[in-house]
This record gives sequence, C-alpha cells and structure tokens, in this order.
Amino acid sequence: MSTQLVLLAVLMFLVTYPSRALGLLAPAMDRLPRRALDYLQLVGPAILAALAAVNVMVVATDAGPRFHVGLEWIAVGACLAIVAWRRNLFLGLIAAVAIAIAGRAAGL
Amino acid sequence: MTSAAGETPGNDDALRASRRQLILESAGIAVSAMGFGFVYGLAARDAGFSPVEVLAMSVIVFAGAAQFAAVGYVAGGLAWPGILLLTALLNARHLLYSAALAPLLRDRPFLERAVMAHLLTDEAFALAMAHFRRLGWTDTWGYWVAAIGATFIPWNIATMAGVLVGGSIPEPNRFGIDVIFPAAMVGLAVGLISGRREIVAAVVGAGIGVAVALVAGPAIGIIAGGLVGPAVGLAIPSSRAPERAPLGTRASARGYAMPGGLRDEGEPAERPAAPGDPGSPE
Repeated sequence: MSTQLVLLAVLMFLVTYPSRALGLLAPAMDRLPRRALDYLQLVGPAILAALAAVNVMVVATDAGPRFHVGLEWIAVGACLAIVAWRRNLFLGLIAAVAIAIAGRAAGL
Repeated sequence: MTSAAGETPGNDDALRASRRQLILESAGIAVSAMGFGFVYGLAARDAGFSPVEVLAMSVIVFAGAAQFAAVGYVAGGLAWPGILLLTALLNARHLLYSAALAPLLRDRPFLERAVMAHLLTDEAFALAMAHFRRLGWTDTWGYWVAAIGATFIPWNIATMAGVLVGGSIPEPNRFGIDVIFPAAMVGLAVGLISGRREIVAAVVGAGIGVAVALVAGPAIGIIAGGLVGPAVGLAIPSSRAPERAPLGTRASARGYAMPGGLRDEGEPAERPAAPGDPGSPE
C-alpha cells in the first residue's frame, strides 16, 4: 500500500496551520481597534457566501473557469430560504438534496 | 466555560437553549461533512490514493476544499511545490476566521488554542461563532462540539467509507451529494447574519467571489470575496443596537437571541416584545 502522499499531507499541513493559528496564537489579536473587529465580524458571512456562490456558479473546464447555471442554484436557493425562514440547517440540507435528486431523476 | 469582553456567563436557560440549537445545527453539518467526505474518499480512491494516504490527508490536513483540490492536482501531475502554493492560497481564509475568534478565546491556555487552530474549519467557525453570539460569551464546549463532533469525526469516517466502499456506488451526484457542500455553506452564512451589514457583506462577498473566480480561479475568488465583502459591509451604517455593540458582548448577542434565551438577571422568562428587541418592528 502506497504511503508516498503521507509526506505531501504533512507538507500541506505545514502551509495550512499558520493561517489557522496566527490569529488565535498571536498576542496582539485581542487588542485590535474596534474598526478591525467590526471587519472581522463580517468575514464569516462573506467567505461562506463566496464559497457557496463560487461552488455553484463557477465550473472548471479545460478552457478555464466558466459561469454555470443549473439545478444546483435551485437546490442551494431552497436551502437558503428554509434556513432563513426556519433557522434549521438540517431541513435546508434535506430539501437541497431532495431537489437535486428529483431534478436529476427528471433529467434536468 | 469562559466569558468574553468582560461579560459574565448568562443564565442556565440561555446556555441550554443555545446548546440545543448548536447540536441541531451540528447534526446538519455532520450530515454535510459525511456526504462531502464520502465523495472526497471516492475521488481520492479514483485518483490512486491508498486508504492510508486518504486518512493522512483527512487527519493531518483536515481541510476539505484543499484536500479535494489536491486530488485533482495529484491526478493531473502537478508538482508538489505548486500543490503547496495552491493549498496555502486556498486555506488563507482561515486567517480571517482565526483572527475573528481570537478576542473570544483569548482566556484559553496557549496549548488549547493551538489544538483549536488545527480543527478550525468553515463549519467549526460558523457553528461556534453563532453559538458564542447567541450567548454573548464564550462557551468552549460549543467549539469542541462544532470542531470535533460536527466535522472532524464525521469527515474522517466518511472519507474512509468513500475510499473503502465508494467504488460500488455509481454516479454519486445522482444522489445530490454535490449540492451538500454549497448548501451547507450558504446555510451557515445565514446563521451568522443578524443585520444588514452582514447581508451586504455576504452578497458582495458572493458577487466578488464569482467575478474574480471567473478571471483568476476559484481559490483567488473566494479570498477576494472574503476580503472585499466585509469592507463594503462596514460602509453600511449599523442601524440596530446589536450591530453597534462590540463583538462578544451580551448586547451583540441579542441579534441572535432565541425564545427563552439571553434574559437579563431578574428578568421574567417571557415578556412582551418591546421596540428595539430582536424580531420586533424597528
């Protein structure tokens, strides 16, 4: 059984951990000015929304990234609506998966 | 349990209510992590990764998007320095999460924060932050539930399942597994929104993310969205008291309050909504 990529995993850890740890371990982070803390408070919604949007709307092709419109928009949109309405992520995920399954079964 | 920003822990009802909410949300994220992890294990297996290599990636790197990308890079024959550069770029967003959590976890021991850092993911950040905000103080139990219970354990079990038994499942996308990750991300974003500043940051972050991704690639797009979205959100005047209150305080947490939670000392369990209360007309 190959273990060659275990070394790659260790190296990937070494380039990932600093970005995870710097904020939590650097002593000056809790003395940031109010404006900076306000900015950081908005980082979560912005990055998570960017992750979702890029995942659904951009597909990689041989010619480079391409804008994509498809069933995934409806599935993810339904999840968004349910979470906003019911504050229940579990229900939202079930709805998204159900829409994807039904849509693909219907050939969409 | 620790307090943040000089706050004292709230009443037990608020803690119980917020933990219940956290567990409910964690169940959804655990399902998402299992679906996403299963597909990752499947993809890694198809790219020629051995079970030991898949497990090493999931335990040591523990970064889903970067692991997925690495499968593609390895399969495509990209040299390791290139893989490491792209991994660092893709995971640079964690710096922002880490900095956002820092004021709330500053009272924890250094070693504990060092372990917390390794387990910091999109999901752990969003679940824990929403929990802390609902409470108005830092309940570290919530961080561990979010980081280990909702993500680390399901992710690792599912990646192994994917690499070991995934070959027998034809076309996993037919089962909607590919929509789980974006749906979970958007659901977590909604959970962090308590006012129009966050809405603007999320909408702008998504728009900038897609626009830049089409030009410069997904990793750059996500980081650009995460940097520009909050900057534009900050330009929006905060209209509600919870938005103006410092992060981690009880006043800030009122933007995320739920029925039965976040009552002041001596305040009755139920009282009529008053102007300025969360959910009441402005």
